[in-house]
Amino acid sequence: MTTGTVITQESLTKEGLAYQSAAGGAERRLIICAGTGCVAGGALEVYSEFVRAISAAGIDVVTELRPEAPPLPGFVHVSRSGCQGFCQMGPLATVLPDGILYTRVKKGDVAEIVESTLKHGKAVERLLYVDKSAKRSCRGIAEIPFYQAQHRFVLKECGVIDPDSLPEYLAKEGYQAACRAYTRMTPQSICAEIDKAGLRGRGGGGFPTGRKWEAARAQPAGTKYVICNGDEGDPGAFMDRSVMEGNPHSVIEGMMIAARGVGASEGFVYVRAEYPLAVRRVRKAVEDAKRAGLLGQNLFGTNFSLDITVMEGAGAFVCGEETALIASIEGKRGMPAPKPPFPAQSGLWGKPTVINNVETLASVPRILNMGAESFRTLGSRTSPGTKTFALTGHVVNTGLIEVAFGATLRDIVFGVGGGVTTDDGSAMSEMKAVQIGGPSGGCLVPDHLDLSLDFDSLRGIGAMVGSGGLVVMNRDTCMVSMARFFMQFTQNESCGKCVLCREGTKQMLALLDDIIEGRATLGTLDLLEKLARTVQKGSLCGLGKTAPNPVLSMTRLFREEYLAHVVEKRCPAGRCKALLRPHVIPAKCKGCGVCIKACPTSAIRGEKRQVHVIDETLCTKCGACAKACRLGAIEGVA
Amino acid sequence: MLPEALPEEASHPSTSPSRKFQKVCDILAKHEHRASRLIPILQAVQEEYRYLPEEVMTYLATSLHIPPAEVYGVATFYSHFALAPKGKHVLRLCDGTACHVKRSIPILEALRSKLRVSEAKPTTDDLLFTVETVSCLGACGLAPVLVVNDQVHGQVTPEAACAIVDEIAAKETAQ
Repeated sequence: MTTGTVITQESLTKEGLAYQSAAGGAERRLIICAGTGCVAGGALEVYSEFVRAISAAGIDVVTELRPEAPPLPGFVHVSRSGCQGFCQMGPLATVLPDGILYTRVKKGDVAEIVESTLKHGKAVERLLYVDKSAKRSCRGIAEIPFYQAQHRFVLKECGVIDPDSLPEYLAKEGYQAACRAYTRMTPQSICAEIDKAGLRGRGGGGFPTGRKWEAARAQPAGTKYVICNGDEGDPGAFMDRSVMEGNPHSVIEGMMIAARGVGASEGFVYVRAEYPLAVRRVRKAVEDAKRAGLLGQNLFGTNFSLDITVMEGAGAFVCGEETALIASIEGKRGMPAPKPPFPAQSGLWGKPTVINNVETLASVPRILNMGAESFRTLGSRTSPGTKTFALTGHVVNTGLIEVAFGATLRDIVFGVGGGVTTDDGSAMSEMKAVQIGGPSGGCLVPDHLDLSLDFDSLRGIGAMVGSGGLVVMNRDTCMVSMARFFMQFTQNESCGKCVLCREGTKQMLALLDDIIEGRATLGTLDLLEKLARTVQKGSLCGLGKTAPNPVLSMTRLFREEYLAHVVEKRCPAGRCKALLRPHVIPAKCKGCGVCIKACPTSAIRGEKRQVHVIDETLCTKCGACAKACRLGAIEGVA
Repeated sequence: MLPEALPEEASHPSTSPSRKFQKVCDILAKHEHRASRLIPILQAVQEEYRYLPEEVMTYLATSLHIPPAEVYGVATFYSHFALAPKGKHVLRLCDGTACHVKRSIPILEALRSKLRVSEAKPTTDDLLFTVETVSCLGACGLAPVLVVNDQVHGQVTPEAACAIVDEIAAKETAQ
């Protein structure tokens, strides 16, 4: 795009068509996933090797498609994309138009793919995904259950387009919605359209986005700000990272529309520093958009302007809370402030501010393009649209997924996820629980498998959508240890402002330790629950208000397991070391003496061919004896 | 005012005070001496020195016209800022939920006992290694994840983690 000329709907369409026509000359397109997961697996080397090997094979290779200088037809377009979702099977490579998806591609596989697929149009069988339950190999995403069971809306272009290419984004109706918002819509009609679409904040709370915007819009004109909250701190969640890495322009376009809707002329993208790739890609997208005249002064020939600054977080979970995030942008400690006043009334530097989550903003351009009515056909009545989830833990297929609201847990865990596995993933296991919403959320158990998931149904059972982390846990998981894990996290991340959050989480952690280490009585459990409810009531921000959720949900749903720890001093999952009772099973022991030699603390005694005995006072439960015993005669060690 | 920068060959940045402050001045100038830019400024300082030296923080406070306590407050609030030097090689083990259920703690224990470090003392005496945990790196599909000097290793086992340390240590001794 040339600077200086006014960008219009027509010029954007023309740019898009020019790109499409240049891309149409490609014989094949090869998309290498360059999300964080695949890069860790060596995707960048695979990419360079492809570029080298294809040109060595005498085929023209294009890595950056420039519509203004289209290459001669017959070339192979090799590009990198954001997360394609199937992180566990990475590095991934997609070949179009064949629709082949290669999994676990290594540098050494490149030559074979070039020879078979690019030259002769044949798939390399050994690199295809094998659907173990159906015992067949799948050629592409159309046949892979992981993708079939999803509804990719926000992620539609993630994993397809080159996140570093503005022209390619333009070819996918990019910035059309923003152009319409600035030239043909009024702030009122933008807020009304988003409100009509029923879009709710994807960051956790589920607050209606249209109402949030309207509140900021209604403030007197003057300096206002828009902020994109990319501080995805919830452990076990990486949806926002994937969107920022995979389709950063959609986030920027969403911010532009929000800015027009509320009358803001300055924006900030706050990204977690743990996401260096997302920071780099969003920065590049902002720079490219500026250079193209999509950001800056006189947007689309109007008098409106918008500048966007990208800021890196510095590692504080509480900064995901909007008032804390504002304090952090102001250069202060990220501590939350009481609401009201809401940021929409008085936010960054005391000015009206709209803060939206990455996924929410990325949905906005698509909603304006498709219309509120058709957006409402997706998802459930009270929660229209789709939700991305990070599906992780003890499940066959881990990765980034997106389903329409109203999908059931069964669809997700067994349909997309392919079922529950053991710890090392080598065999199938039973599902015990699914933690939704991370350290602020609650547990779902097998009874909830057919519950249709949306903001309200989850709230009804004491859980929440949260940011969208779904951690599947198998039957060998100890739910007391899990509650302790989450409590440890929130305790660490408590900013220290509210006494109940600061001290209460610490005491709750100590009580959980008592349970895990066998010092608890029934009174401990009562005290824990009472304290949990007090912390919920007495904390200012979402962190403290929701920190007790895992404890309350787990003590309720897994009462028997807690009672086993407290009353019987027994950990049913065999995970709590202090509660282990190391012993030899007499029927299995042959008295061979192998365990005696293996024990580093000489805690095992016994004559040859007599059943051996473990002295609990000397035993450190290290598990060396159990490892050494070939008869499986030792139990109750780590 | 500060003395001008010494010639390039003068000495190592962390041992020569004038060089140290010259870098800080550059960083401050880049951020227009704005107190609201304190976090990016501290990030840039840490990038340069691998931690936040106390005298630099005091200097920042003076230049930005804010109390040193405020700089210290921000530096201690965010987990990315380190007030003590970190090792040359930083091993960051992810202990997010996904990594945790896929047993990241045995990896942490193996690394700590191998390098004789602990939560309270995360850096080895020779300043070669630092072992720390992070709450989530967002690479949950590859859990458990260990990041060594910004390179992500996925599906790590305690043995694999120790092998990575051995490899780095061998390279260091070879130098």
